Amino acid sequence: MARLVVLGGGVAGHTTATFAAKWLGSAHEVVVVTPNAKWNWIPSNIWVGVGQMTKEEVTFDLASVYAKAGITYKQAKAVSLNPEGNSSSDKAFVTIEYTGQDKDGTSENIEYDYIVNATGPKLNFDATPGLGNGEGQMGNNTVSVCTAEHAVHASHKLTEAIEKMKKGERQRFLIGTGHGMCTCQGAAFEYIFNIEHELRKAGVREMADMKWISNESFLGDFGMGGLHMKVGGYVVSSKLFAESLFAERDVEWLIGAHTSKVEAGKVEYELLDGSKGEEEFDFAMLIPPFAGVGIKAYDKAGEDITGTVFAPNGFMKVDAKYDAGAYENWKASDWPRTYQNPTYSNMFAAGIAFAPPHLISKPMSSPNGTPINPTPPRTGMPSGIIGKAVAHSVCDLMTKGESAHLHEASMAEMGAACVASAGKGIFTGTAAAMTVYPVVPDFEKYPGTGRDTDYTFGEIGLAGHWIKHILHFLFIYKAKLNPGWTLIPE
Amino acid sequence: MKKEEEINFQKSEDFSRTMIPGAFARKMRTCLIWQFIRFVIINVKMIIVVGKSH
Repeated sequence: MARLVVLGGGVAGHTTATFAAKWLGSAHEVVVVTPNAKWNWIPSNIWVGVGQMTKEEVTFDLASVYAKAGITYKQAKAVSLNPEGNSSSDKAFVTIEYTGQDKDGTSENIEYDYIVNATGPKLNFDATPGLGNGEGQMGNNTVSVCTAEHAVHASHKLTEAIEKMKKGERQRFLIGTGHGMCTCQGAAFEYIFNIEHELRKAGVREMADMKWISNESFLGDFGMGGLHMKVGGYVVSSKLFAESLFAERDVEWLIGAHTSKVEAGKVEYELLDGSKGEEEFDFAMLIPPFAGVGIKAYDKAGEDITGTVFAPNGFMKVDAKYDAGAYENWKASDWPRTYQNPTYSNMFAAGIAFAPPHLISKPMSSPNGTPINPTPPRTGMPSGIIGKAVAHSVCDLMTKGESAHLHEASMAEMGAACVASAGKGIFTGTAAAMTVYPVVPDFEKYPGTGRDTDYTFGEIGLAGHWIKHILHFLFIYKAKLNPGWTLIPE
Repeated sequence: MKKEEEINFQKSEDFSRTMIPGAFARKMRTCLIWQFIRFVIINVKMIIVVGKSH
């Protein structure tokens, strides 16, 4: 019996582990190591953050689902990897530290035959002074919707702001990114328009000044260098699509901004032209930058080989072209296909945990040398598809031997469906429903826009909201491994 | 004559340089019959994209 260890229980890790357990059956063991007791459908945190859903509606307990799937579940965080074993054993192992199951703080070494790193990101609040509390957690100056707990807190703060407006006190809302190297602009995009929708419902929209702050060099970049989509018979840039929505909803924007410092009621920022400024707020939700979770790696002699296994940003190296050089040299083929670590063939990474070869958006920096550009998104549908491909590869390696064919899922050959909520309500809600194909533009295959405009489109309407709502129930149903779960695509 | 949907153009220079949907386009966004048709079309397109991605 061989053992597969999956680090992380988010979209990528959960997909990898559950498919591997199904395909391997009882012949092999699948272990999931995740510090969380609950699974969280993160896209719906937006609705928790505006009080339209509860934390319980977007989370469920992992233990019972893993018990049903025959997966060994360890509520713990991975601390270090020993891919060559140590002085007393040649067997690879991962050192974990429990965060629950009545073993908090206890360490354990788990030997593995194959390991998939799907830890997701560390929410690096402390990268921006005042955004974090100095201890790796969110500070008190802003709110977040990155976790269900954060979203509940954000909802309470929003309620307080609405109460103030009802009493005649004007409120300034600042939503966006909290650093020049953030990704996940889409979550902030959804949040600002859901707040705007809720303020209108509460009858206080006229009492709110709303502003977007983002590290994108243009609205609608979304970390993908923007996209061109078919709208109303035209092929238009997502810049025009996004600007139109902001103008329609009376939301001002500040783009190309690196948030350099956060204080109570104020942010300091630097723009791409090198100028600096301040923005005051009463309510702010700023997405933190992401980093790897900080797993160390050691060789058999105990020497630190973290730099061999992981990129400097803490994400795991895979079969990507990391020496592509300048922007002009970037190609779709730089992006990984199998997500296998180049040094240790029994090690894979999936979802946010893999180190991308470079940005998708054009790299930018201010004259002061401050990099201000979105980092590549690797969440949602790509995470699920990559997780499933990696599960397929690992299962084949375990059952057919080391010469088995590895399955591929390049983001340059993969599309993504993105439904960005712009307000909740079965008859009044709207969402921007977008698909992009492929996620990473391929200018050799699709000269001009880099993408297939037959399958890259976007529109705003109630239909998008219905799809977003259905996806909420569908993916939670799938993640709970309810009957027919494998029929629901990632 | 006051056109509600055009008021925002004068609120900022950024707003004045983009496009803002008119009353008809806004109405269609929540028109149940039209949105049901769009729901079917968007789903079909998304299923094709999902199929091409696996």
